[in-house]
Amino acid sequence: MEIIEYIKLVFSDYTLRTITFGTAILGAVTGMLGSFAVLRKQSLLGDAISHAALPGIALAFLITGTKDSNVLLIGALISGLIGTFWIRGITSKTHLKSDTALGLILSVFFGFGILLLTFIQKLPNADQAGLDKYLFGQAATLMESDVWLMTLVTGLCLIVLLLFWKEFKILLFDKDYALTLGFNTKLIDILITSFIVLAIVLGLQTVGVVLMSAMLLAPAAAARQWTNSLGMMVFLAAILGASAGFFGTAISATQSNLSTGPVIVLVASVFVLFSFVLSPKRGLLFKQIRLIKNRNDLELQKTLAFMYHIVEDHEDISHPHAIRILNNFQGYSRKGLKKLVDKHYVELDGEMWSLTPKGFEVASNLYNQNQKND
Amino acid sequence: MTSAQFEIQLIASLVAIACAIPGTFLVLRKMAMISDAISHSILPGLVVGFFITQDLNSPLLILFAAITGVLTVVLVEKIQQTKLVKEDTAIGLVFPALFSIGVILIAKYANDVHLDIDAVLLGELAFAPFDRLYYGTVDLGPKSLWVIGGVLTVTLILLFAFFKELKMSTFDAGLATSLGFSPVIIHYGLMSVASVTTVSAFDAVGAILVVALMIAPAASAYLLTTNLKRMLGLACFFGVLSAISGYWLASFLDASIAGSIATMLGVIFLIIYLFAPSKGLISVLYREKQQRVEVLLITFLLHLKNHSEIEERHVNHLNEHINWQKVRSKTVLSLALKNNMITIENKVVSLSEKGEEFTTKAIDYILTNEDGLIEDMKEDFFLFRG
Amino acid sequence: MGKIAVKVDDLTVAYNYKPVIWDIDLKIPEGVLMAIVGPNGAGKSTLIKAILGILKPIAGSVTIFDKPYKSQRKHVAYVPQKESVDWDFPTTALDVVMMGTYGSLGWIKRPGIKEKKSALEALEKVGMLSFKNRQISQLSGGQQQRIFLARALVQDASIYFMDEPFQGVDATTEVAIVNILKELRKAGKTVVVVHHDLQTVPEYFDWVTFLNVKKIATGPVKDIFNDDNLTKTYGINYKVSIQK
Repeated sequence: MEIIEYIKLVFSDYTLRTITFGTAILGAVTGMLGSFAVLRKQSLLGDAISHAALPGIALAFLITGTKDSNVLLIGALISGLIGTFWIRGITSKTHLKSDTALGLILSVFFGFGILLLTFIQKLPNADQAGLDKYLFGQAATLMESDVWLMTLVTGLCLIVLLLFWKEFKILLFDKDYALTLGFNTKLIDILITSFIVLAIVLGLQTVGVVLMSAMLLAPAAAARQWTNSLGMMVFLAAILGASAGFFGTAISATQSNLSTGPVIVLVASVFVLFSFVLSPKRGLLFKQIRLIKNRNDLELQKTLAFMYHIVEDHEDISHPHAIRILNNFQGYSRKGLKKLVDKHYVELDGEMWSLTPKGFEVASNLYNQNQKND
Repeated sequence: MTSAQFEIQLIASLVAIACAIPGTFLVLRKMAMISDAISHSILPGLVVGFFITQDLNSPLLILFAAITGVLTVVLVEKIQQTKLVKEDTAIGLVFPALFSIGVILIAKYANDVHLDIDAVLLGELAFAPFDRLYYGTVDLGPKSLWVIGGVLTVTLILLFAFFKELKMSTFDAGLATSLGFSPVIIHYGLMSVASVTTVSAFDAVGAILVVALMIAPAASAYLLTTNLKRMLGLACFFGVLSAISGYWLASFLDASIAGSIATMLGVIFLIIYLFAPSKGLISVLYREKQQRVEVLLITFLLHLKNHSEIEERHVNHLNEHINWQKVRSKTVLSLALKNNMITIENKVVSLSEKGEEFTTKAIDYILTNEDGLIEDMKEDFFLFRG
Repeated sequence: MGKIAVKVDDLTVAYNYKPVIWDIDLKIPEGVLMAIVGPNGAGKSTLIKAILGILKPIAGSVTIFDKPYKSQRKHVAYVPQKESVDWDFPTTALDVVMMGTYGSLGWIKRPGIKEKKSALEALEKVGMLSFKNRQISQLSGGQQQRIFLARALVQDASIYFMDEPFQGVDATTEVAIVNILKELRKAGKTVVVVHHDLQTVPEYFDWVTFLNVKKIATGPVKDIFNDDNLTKTYGINYKVSIQK
């Protein structure tokens, strides 16, 4: 199926519309909340929680016998929370560090989940194909009710965010100070964590447990590069997350045999790469360009100062000199010379150069500036 | 037990040992999540290697994947150096991206060839005995056995050869550098070993189990000892224990062997987490409770020492002045009385001689941290056991 | 003797059930500019954090103007160590200073024109008005410290607690901060500063408290800033000549 056809279908086909909308909403909410996770230095917590959710899904099925996504997601929520609390229990009560706790809970819970899934597979009347989708996500299985739930949660999240915006901001930036102002930081903390867990659990259907952490981190990491304002960052993260969801689903739908999760994550990663390199303020490309420009400017100045030094003792400052004598000077380059000519600081005549009055004035200012600095 | 069953358990045990060794160092160096990153990101390396060699069993695959593993670490570090995002974020961005590339490559181009997602995640331990290595007509055993055996042997050789350097650079990087050992080489050496081990274990037990085998036994061991040699030994032991018990659990439930082993790793960790002698949760909670009471006791006695005015030492006044709830004060008062640290007369509390002596010693200890001063008190007080 | 601004009674704080400060009794009179000094690990930051309720004490109480601290928050402003915060956070200098108004706004209410005006005034007072839209990671150590100070000034509190405000700042900033502190004192405010540099104590402060797990001494600098107390606190022979 071609992309164009797909886009046309999105508008006409009801199911496709539902799915696209669902993944976009999900991308938006995980992007938003991911910003908080990133700023709280809890980037990998999302990874641990999402892996820890797997056994909950399997157990929910085993206990209730239904594949209703709401039921399964409650199971995911519970086991995800258990995992979270155990991680905290490990880091607070033992000398094991957070990376150990995260990796431990993540892999062990996930392994247990796999155990349960393969066990279920062997059960007589269990059609396990439905549970598999939680590994890598399959947006195609999203139903209208799921999308409604996601929209509701996102809306709720937005309202809470807008209401308590300054509280979130100050908690993230300076928790101790927030305490002295009288804010109940514990409450705000729990609110943020709960929303993150909720977003993860909801997102499991589209991206799956293995790749969930990227959906939290990538849009926020990308958004951070374009702005220095928290509000704009959260907004951008939502947009980027939604776009990743939309395009990821679209691309994977036009190919057969492709789970949505990996494609969405890849799209989001491309956004990150793009942002890292091309963002005007923090991007690597422009940083490099600025670096080179500064270096070139410096070289230019040095060359001009050198020329000044040569001519200042002459009666006639426009007395021509051979270009040759510049060759050994460290800052000199043909390109630099040409630039000086372009600026009308220097005139060229064959193999000779001479300083123009304008050039002389600029150079003397530079020179005196340097003298002063010494 | 059939020979196939035996072989599976043997392979699983060797994998466990091979993972426990680098895993111990990763846990000590606070780099546990790197194992998660490596195990996910070697997937595209494996796939590319497969495309080139067209042979699932080529040893080149291991090389490719191991290189990808080290490349991942380098990529993560490069990103961290740009300071555009924090350390953890860098890890969390790189490995899902690489893993997704791997998954997509498999789905698009290798779907028919035995390299499917389940195998990636779970490994194929159950099939290991059937893939055998032949020298002419001699059956040398399952191929996985040789692969993991080889990796384990190399790991052990490296461990023995560089034990000193590993130990020093893990516990005191500064000292190591000043003595001329390059911590950078040790670091990348460790990453390479972790990558190669991950790859070779991948085939048998899959991505997630590798992470569990590297971290869980080491973490459990760390709760029992801080001695490096003992920790390595215990980690290997727990790994093997989980491997064997996991296998039997899987047989019983007719479920994934890798998943069962991971589950047993979790069970063992849980038991140790709760019951470890001094670092287990139960011990810690008990000790904290004791210390809480002791601190209150000393605070109370000190207060008595500092305030000679009678109003300050009246039983009722103590509550408000020190700001404790009634219950706390009662507990502390009775504890102090029991130990003959105070006397109460007409509801006014005073320090006894023993109490005076005790508080003086306690204060000196707290101020100077000189152990000698409180030797005789260590017996009775958790607080002073350091 | 005027009012007592801050009264600390029997304050004991433990970390992991090991005591960090013991049985601290302290009376800080209103209107003084006080330094808290002591060796590393003496518990100076802990003392401030315990007074402000950031750390929970095992025993003891704090009153501000004779009322419990919790009901008097609006009278107290805190300037934490600048290392306690991640300066790569996406926010501007003005934004940070505006946070000082959040306390008086309470829950949910957003800062408005009035708050912005206070923030701009505070920025000007610390000489950072031209940096108001600068991303905070682009500020130098001294500039960051000034931002923190401005944030506290916005609160228009009666009592200011500062944790090592002179650590890692350039000379110009140090002078600027000292001048602001002296102005605050002139205006009748009480300022308590955890200070790391003994040399400048007599010059900057009029009161001092010596702390090393226990309170060694507290009082006017001219009375108690002497070799005896220095030795008691720091444990070695300190010879100091005090500018009279």
